[in-house]
Amino acid sequence: MRKLALTDDILLQIEKPIRYVGGEINSCGKDFDSVEIHFAMCFPDVYEIGMSHLGIQILYDMFNHWEDTMCDRVYSPWLDLDKLMREQQIPLFAVESQRPVKSFEFLGITLQYEMCYTNVLQILDLSQIPLRASQRGEDDPIVIGGGPCAYNPEPIAPFFDLFYIGEGETQYRTILDLYKENKAAGGSRTRFLEMAAQVPGIYVPAFYDTAYNEDGTIASFTANNPHAKNRIVKEIVRNISDTYYPEKPIVPFLRATQDRVVLEIQRGCIRGCRFCQAGMVYRPVRERSLEFLKNMAQKMIANTGHEEITLSSLSSSDYSGLKELVNFLMTTLEGKHVNIALPSLRIDAFSLDVMGKVQDIRKSSITFAPEAGSQRMRDVINKNLTEEVIVNGAGMAFEAGWNKVKLYFMLGLPTETTEDMEAIAVLSDQIARRYYEIPKEQRNGRVSISASTSFFVPKPFTPLQWAQMFSREEYLTRARTVNHAMKAQLNHKSLSYHWHDADVTVLEGVFARGDRKVADAIECAYKMGCIYDAWGESFHYDRWLQAFEACGLSIDFYTTRQRDLDEILPWDFIDTGVTKEFLKREWRRAMNGETTPNCRQACSGCGVMKFGGGVCFEHKS
Amino acid sequence: MNIRVKFTKTGIARFMGQLDLLRYFQKANRRAEIAVTYSSGYNPHQTMSFSAPLGLGATSEAEYMDIEVTQSAPSAEMVRRLNAVMAEGIEILSWRQLPQQSKSAMAVTAAADYLVYFRDGYEPEDPAGWVQSFRDFCEQPVILGTKQTKKKTEQIDLRPMIHRIEVTIEDLSSHPHLVNLSQKEQIALRMRLSSGSVDNLKPELVMEAFDCFRGQKEASRALQVHRMEIYARQNGQEEAESGLISLEEMGEEIE
Repeated sequence: MRKLALTDDILLQIEKPIRYVGGEINSCGKDFDSVEIHFAMCFPDVYEIGMSHLGIQILYDMFNHWEDTMCDRVYSPWLDLDKLMREQQIPLFAVESQRPVKSFEFLGITLQYEMCYTNVLQILDLSQIPLRASQRGEDDPIVIGGGPCAYNPEPIAPFFDLFYIGEGETQYRTILDLYKENKAAGGSRTRFLEMAAQVPGIYVPAFYDTAYNEDGTIASFTANNPHAKNRIVKEIVRNISDTYYPEKPIVPFLRATQDRVVLEIQRGCIRGCRFCQAGMVYRPVRERSLEFLKNMAQKMIANTGHEEITLSSLSSSDYSGLKELVNFLMTTLEGKHVNIALPSLRIDAFSLDVMGKVQDIRKSSITFAPEAGSQRMRDVINKNLTEEVIVNGAGMAFEAGWNKVKLYFMLGLPTETTEDMEAIAVLSDQIARRYYEIPKEQRNGRVSISASTSFFVPKPFTPLQWAQMFSREEYLTRARTVNHAMKAQLNHKSLSYHWHDADVTVLEGVFARGDRKVADAIECAYKMGCIYDAWGESFHYDRWLQAFEACGLSIDFYTTRQRDLDEILPWDFIDTGVTKEFLKREWRRAMNGETTPNCRQACSGCGVMKFGGGVCFEHKS
Repeated sequence: MNIRVKFTKTGIARFMGQLDLLRYFQKANRRAEIAVTYSSGYNPHQTMSFSAPLGLGATSEAEYMDIEVTQSAPSAEMVRRLNAVMAEGIEILSWRQLPQQSKSAMAVTAAADYLVYFRDGYEPEDPAGWVQSFRDFCEQPVILGTKQTKKKTEQIDLRPMIHRIEVTIEDLSSHPHLVNLSQKEQIALRMRLSSGSVDNLKPELVMEAFDCFRGQKEASRALQVHRMEIYARQNGQEEAESGLISLEEMGEEIE
């Protein structure tokens, strides 16, 4: 039996102690002392969230395939344990080996959302690793950041030794080999970072200096080390049917957010929605082959015992083999009590037919993400979904027996007018009206339309990356406008409306487009007690305001300020393949309300063709 | 056919709550390709029930799960198949077929055996004195304990629910399923207590009563509880101690 890092005395004082003991089904459990390289893979949030993340499962599987490497997992201790660990100075540990994070050679932290940044500091602090890379010594782990937020690493750059930009499957082997080479040669930490800085996709923040103009914008961003590249080109896997994928994913003892087999059917998205970072940075779309997916699905279900499989992608309807895959799964899983979940699916006859077979129509709901209420606004964001499609889709669902619809919108989009806001209510009402067109005796009770809005946060590497944000008061005013309009609708009794928190939106906006100066405010807020900012109950907006003030930083500079198209943006040194020229062109088209066709309709010349794979080369071989 | 599965819950599995355990076995049965029957309806569940839940942190070498299956290989083969997909701390000990129309493990439970000992590092400074004091406690004609129900807290006599209780000082290290053991000889309490839906007495309650008796509170979480067996009462033997039969013995090995 493994020796646990925490005593029973502590484990029995805290919520869900099973979070911290490892030993899950399919966990690798390699002997710590028998391998050369120890990689602690961290999701800086609570266990149930972190365990649900596919990317970590893929990399965990890859690392543990290598004989010289063991990969273990680290999650944020929940607030109750966090307190005890601080009081008793217990070092943070990885769950499987139960060894202190500090005894690992690498600590990789995935950055899935901006609001986890104080949890990154919590991880470092509890691990007893200096928060800033500049203060770390030879014995501290190399701290690596990756994931979508690494596309603008600047607000957290001082806390990381290096960032891995792009998909993790490609360069880690090289990095580990360089590490071993340097260690064998007796080289220093700095020497290793210099070697790593030459690997494609690797960014070592310490090797770059930023100079600022008087107005706070960036004057220049330059390398200060001869080994550092001028531009960091993101890494991608060209053939995703021939790569690492966890045949035996870990099955936690606790119910994780994703308590199911997750089958990633493709990467990237052809749609080109102008607000969507994932849709831009994961270009080009690459599909996994049907053979790969069929084989994986069966193995993963057999190895986990999960009762549900979900097909994961940004827009599943665009996967060219979807019908064949779904029919295959329905046939092979017949009578085996495995549910098939199909998120991010266009509502049409096919998807309704599938959903009708695998769900309880009376209990489930139909989801649309029109993102904006008016056609004009949807054209601005290039969301290719018309009112006709939504109302017809809902109509088909109603006729098949559904009576619940969920609608997702954004508020605070660029060029948004009061009319656009009110259109959210009008569209919701249109859908309700469509329901009442069904003869009364054929209806399934009353219809329930629930609309929710989040406030739009402009993200780096999207055509809307130059957009101005609004003040928290303005956001709330806009939400109230929608709310009033909802109440004025004919079918208002069938409509419900929720809006997201505005405080978090403002901060998310700062982190998303922040520069290195923002790191001071994050560290300051952390030291004032901010952690788990993504969790409403532990989010303290007042502390954040104090932190920005203490660091002499203006929130408005990052949010409501008008950015010039020629301004040097903090993330400009990263090359996602999508060119800045393309983004500018798209920004201008957005301002004119012009849409752009998707990748399969016509190539818009975004630039990712240079990676030599995916949708850019369909029908060309 | 109805099957009773006996298993251990020790090691890290002692931190699994009852719902986690249920989910764990739902998935384990599927990994081991056990032909469990499902309830009907849109949300079918495996036909499965468990014996009385253990407290978080307690260990056991006699947990029971009753399942209904459409077919079964010989018991030894089924034990092997399940053990191939188990996690640390859960070991399948037996797979036995129950007679038709059997009541669930939970419904027939009448008593349970426990071993209670001090977690390593929490032993009393004067073990002999502690043991003597515990013996005095056991010899009382009436053992007062506090029972908390949803509505009220009341003082009751625990004596009728204590079938037997003994205290020794011994080396427990040869016992295979225990955690948090001391390196040396230590105080070991063995007790058989009423358990189940009629009379239910947890060892923790006995220990709280002992705290009251001697007017001194044990450090919280100082004691480790380990369940050794669960019993049902055989028909027609309502009173006799010999009328108890382990839940395992109610089923038959499949050859």
